[in-house]
Amino acid sequence: MTPTLPADSRRFRAEREAEWRRLEHIVATAEGRSVKALSDEDLLALPVLYRGALSSLSVARETSLDLELVSYLEELCARAYFFVYGVRTGAGQRLRAFFARDWPDAVRGLWKETLAAFLLTLVGILAGYGLVTADPSWYDSLMPGDMAQGRDFRASAEQLRSTLYDGGSESGLDLFAAFLFTHNSQVSILCFALGFAFGVPTAMLLVYNGNTLGAFMALFSHHGLGLEMGGWLIIHGTTEFFAIILSGAAGIRIGWSVIFPGEESRIDAAARAGRGAAIVMGGVVIMLLCAGLLEGFGRQLITSDLARYAIGLTMLAGWSAYFYRPRRIPNG
Amino acid sequence: MADYAAVNRRHLIGRRRTLVTPEGVDLQLSLADGGQRVGAFLLDLVIMFAALIALSLSALAIVGAFGAEGANVGAIIWLLGFFLLRNFYFTLMEIGPRAATWGKRAVGIRVIARSGERLTADRVIARNLMREIEFYLPLSFLLYNLSAGISGGFTALAGLVWTLIFLLFPLFNKDRLRIGDLLAGTWVVKAPKRKLSVDTLTGESRAEHYRFTEAQLDVYGIYELQTLEQVLRDDQADSIASVAATIRHKIGAADEGWDRDFLVAYYDAARARMERGLLFGKRREDKFDRGS
Repeated sequence: MTPTLPADSRRFRAEREAEWRRLEHIVATAEGRSVKALSDEDLLALPVLYRGALSSLSVARETSLDLELVSYLEELCARAYFFVYGVRTGAGQRLRAFFARDWPDAVRGLWKETLAAFLLTLVGILAGYGLVTADPSWYDSLMPGDMAQGRDFRASAEQLRSTLYDGGSESGLDLFAAFLFTHNSQVSILCFALGFAFGVPTAMLLVYNGNTLGAFMALFSHHGLGLEMGGWLIIHGTTEFFAIILSGAAGIRIGWSVIFPGEESRIDAAARAGRGAAIVMGGVVIMLLCAGLLEGFGRQLITSDLARYAIGLTMLAGWSAYFYRPRRIPNG
Repeated sequence: MADYAAVNRRHLIGRRRTLVTPEGVDLQLSLADGGQRVGAFLLDLVIMFAALIALSLSALAIVGAFGAEGANVGAIIWLLGFFLLRNFYFTLMEIGPRAATWGKRAVGIRVIARSGERLTADRVIARNLMREIEFYLPLSFLLYNLSAGISGGFTALAGLVWTLIFLLFPLFNKDRLRIGDLLAGTWVVKAPKRKLSVDTLTGESRAEHYRFTEAQLDVYGIYELQTLEQVLRDDQADSIASVAATIRHKIGAADEGWDRDFLVAYYDAARARMERGLLFGKRREDKFDRGS
């Protein structure tokens, strides 16, 4: 017996090829422009054709030896899969979901790490303050030179007071704000990314960040300017430090899940922590933008201590309420 | 890996990965090669660099047009533009429906979620924020060292080791994951795109002329059959001649010329016989497979 035609597999193909071609055409249109370019009819046909192609693929794998056909179906199904299960919500819708739900939820989920990051910063502040109060020579080693900008123990109380209220060159405020924003964001992204190394560098960065702040406070309170300095700092500091603590918390979460993955595999645990932390980081950049604006404009234009405290504390209350106020759990 | 595909893909298995759709079918996507990843990244760097030059020029143009007043605006635009470019070029491109930067599109690869779920924004953000420690940190460290003229052996060595760990990380795991991929639960695959070629491999309709015995058709397995298919589709005269000679010798057929027609007839007959076998659960991977 010598069969001359593999009739079954050819017929299989002839019967279904038109549908595959149509699916291919729809997918090519969607790839070329966007899903919006499809007619309603095509859009409704897409999921049906996609599942038809999947079933063809399953059959072909079991019964056909035509490498070309099976490869074609595999790739067609993969292309269609990316559309059927691809990202379809618009940018606006996604942004709304981010602010309404995703971001605050992610921040709330990190509350333990946030507390830890806050305590680490607090330890840093106390250590910095204690060291500098006990021995002012510590100040220079704790404070990077370019950050101090002449604010050190060699300066007189008058000079220090002027740094709190003059706001440097008036013309460059907006530039100053932009610089602060990009610099701080870069630091907090680093804080997050370093969490991968078991969170140790993140914790060190947080403590060090607290150190400089503590040293700074010690300098000003040494000259009896503690309250004034508080106003200078708090107007943007509540937002900025909240953001940095959150990025530290995100880093700690990643490091923690790498060390203690629980029931998941280490890679899965890291991936889950990484995704939640990434949402927080997206928000941190926005917070730092606010902080940069407050620092660059608000602080330089508003010189009343009372107003500075009011704004700073209002911001803190606002962020806390936004993140931690109880929310109704949406059904489904 | 599931071994149910009738098609012999032994030669592809190394880079194939299971991706089960919600319908329960394994799509078996191919991972992107190291070369593609590096090529895409270099292309993206060139694009970012070009964008940075354009940004600097336009900032300078603003300064030039408005003088001292423009200087501030120019500097702000440059600072914010640089920040966006550095941190969000990759993220914004990969959040789109094609899930690929321009560099990735050019070499034909895209990002997908490892689990087969849809690729969400948080994954894209996570995988790209990690570039901060994978690439930018060593880079700025290196530049800083160069500009400061520090030639300290230890710091240079530490920087080099750091860079190498992250740079070579994808080479030391079988899925070619960056640290960012690892953390985001993503991987990078070849973006599928292919045209269906003409199915019927036709000779000069001399198929009736050939008759093969069952023994002759059973000489080869699936692997050889598909290699033969590839040869017929490539249609190179010299390889067809040598393959025809080999097969004739193996099955003991007389050489009557018409190499291509002979091969098409043999392919059709052997494929029909093997496909019939498949229906009854008989699979022969290659010529060495004698069943068990």
